[in-house]
Amino acid sequence: MNLSTMVELAYLVSAVLFVVGLKRMQSPATARPGNALAATAMLVAIIATLVDNQVLDWTGILIGIVVGGGIGAVAARTVKMTAMPEMVGLFNAFGGGASALVAAAEFVRLHHAGMTMDTGTGITIALSMLIGAVTFSGSIVAFGKLNGMVTGNPVTFPGQKPVNALLFLAILVLGVGVAGVLALGSLTPLSTFWIFSGLALLLGILLVIPIGGADMPVVISLLNSYSGLAASAAGFIIGNMVLIISGALVGAAGLFLTMLMCKAMNRSLANVMFGAFGQSGGTAAVGSGEKKPVRSVDAEQAALVMAYAQSVIVVPGYGLAVAQAQHELKKVMDLLSDRGVDVKYAIHPVAGRMPGHMNVLLAEADVSYDRLYDLDEINDDFKNTDVVLIVGANDVVNPEARNPDSVIAGMPILDVDYARNVIVVKRSLSPGFAGIDNPLFYLDNTMMFFSDAKKAMSDVVKEVREA
Amino acid sequence: MGEMLIGLYVFVLATVAGRELIGKVPPTLHTPLMSGANAISGIAIVGALVVTASADSRTVEILGIVGIAMATINVVGGFMVTDRMLEMFKKN
Repeated sequence: MNLSTMVELAYLVSAVLFVVGLKRMQSPATARPGNALAATAMLVAIIATLVDNQVLDWTGILIGIVVGGGIGAVAARTVKMTAMPEMVGLFNAFGGGASALVAAAEFVRLHHAGMTMDTGTGITIALSMLIGAVTFSGSIVAFGKLNGMVTGNPVTFPGQKPVNALLFLAILVLGVGVAGVLALGSLTPLSTFWIFSGLALLLGILLVIPIGGADMPVVISLLNSYSGLAASAAGFIIGNMVLIISGALVGAAGLFLTMLMCKAMNRSLANVMFGAFGQSGGTAAVGSGEKKPVRSVDAEQAALVMAYAQSVIVVPGYGLAVAQAQHELKKVMDLLSDRGVDVKYAIHPVAGRMPGHMNVLLAEADVSYDRLYDLDEINDDFKNTDVVLIVGANDVVNPEARNPDSVIAGMPILDVDYARNVIVVKRSLSPGFAGIDNPLFYLDNTMMFFSDAKKAMSDVVKEVREA
Repeated sequence: MGEMLIGLYVFVLATVAGRELIGKVPPTLHTPLMSGANAISGIAIVGALVVTASADSRTVEILGIVGIAMATINVVGGFMVTDRMLEMFKKN
């Protein structure tokens, strides 16, 4: 067996390991070894590539790997779990950027060598550069919006849509030029290529900037899908199957999660991308100043209601993570559990800042994952539950979603109002992201516990101990 | 176009397989799934290595090396942070 056959077989092994690794992500018990398997697949692919290319000068390659590996390792070790969406966004930017650079390097190489490009190669170079560059600049903007470096509000300006359309047209024309279709196989000048690349970067910025900060997770997920497609396109350029396969896997994963998130928010992808949702001063103002009565409770009363209940379901929202109250919440739940109360956690798909984010935040606080239930699993249980404790969540428990005239009509919600008692821990009656009032707060079976989440939970811990 | 067509076949089949695999991942693992898939998109490192190894000019070499560095951030950071998250998922 000659070397190139062995290399091809190694790539095959790598592709299979990627698939098996992802397969193991289907259960929390096997997910960690699954991730390790995918990492092994990557290593196999890298080694096969290095063997295949008989590298003469290792300096540059080693510098790239050492610098990149160092930055990646430090970032991965130090990032806070609450900052996971922006971390994924930033890593994604680099993945997309790498694919764009592969396209650029290949274009320049062909240009230097004076070789003509066949149309197929031309198209894949143009696609890889376009998708990779959009991924890079778009992800950087998304990262900035999530960590507050760029305003979270949708940035819009007059004539934005025509400008974007014009830009897209220009990219299309230049892209055709780069692909060499019009040039009939002759080489397109380098300058055309660089202008094309610059416009692609600009497009990434302009596509993400009008999207509100609350929608960034959807954008990141979509851009994650793009980075996979960019890698696949790079695979077509260098004729490498493992790139095509793993890129396609990532593309499918990203698109699936994007659609899932849109469904959880009851919005179409087009609405997220072009709707400029979450603009401040929108029309969804809270009804006139009329004050409705609410029932307010303190820590002692809240603790008593829960301590003498048979079943308690907690609904944690992102406010919980902001207040860093996960550990205190867990203490409350452990104490209740020790008293024989049946304790469950209900997780809405958009409870955190990305799908499954709340599960990670609770896992960090050592909450056993078999206590976490998603919307479909738990929604029928509320009507037979004594107490629902809502901490830092609002829109995801808003019964207005059942009102066909509401702006959040049809959004999947947790049916907490069907429970016998509802305790809402919240600083004030202020509305959530959607900007609308929540009728849940004024129901007869609802108790408002006005407090900071962390203080509320530590006060309840004391009171439950005494109960 | 022969090789391109084979590539297209592989791409489409892998997309279908990916959709099937990912559809069965429970919601509790969606964040690690996204960051793990994100790490896999760092496979572009293979492309960056190929262009760097076959570089015939300074420009190509620099583009390739920066590409390697970027892809390695994606790969190393992505797999490590996914591992960090999955390590916390415990059943007791």
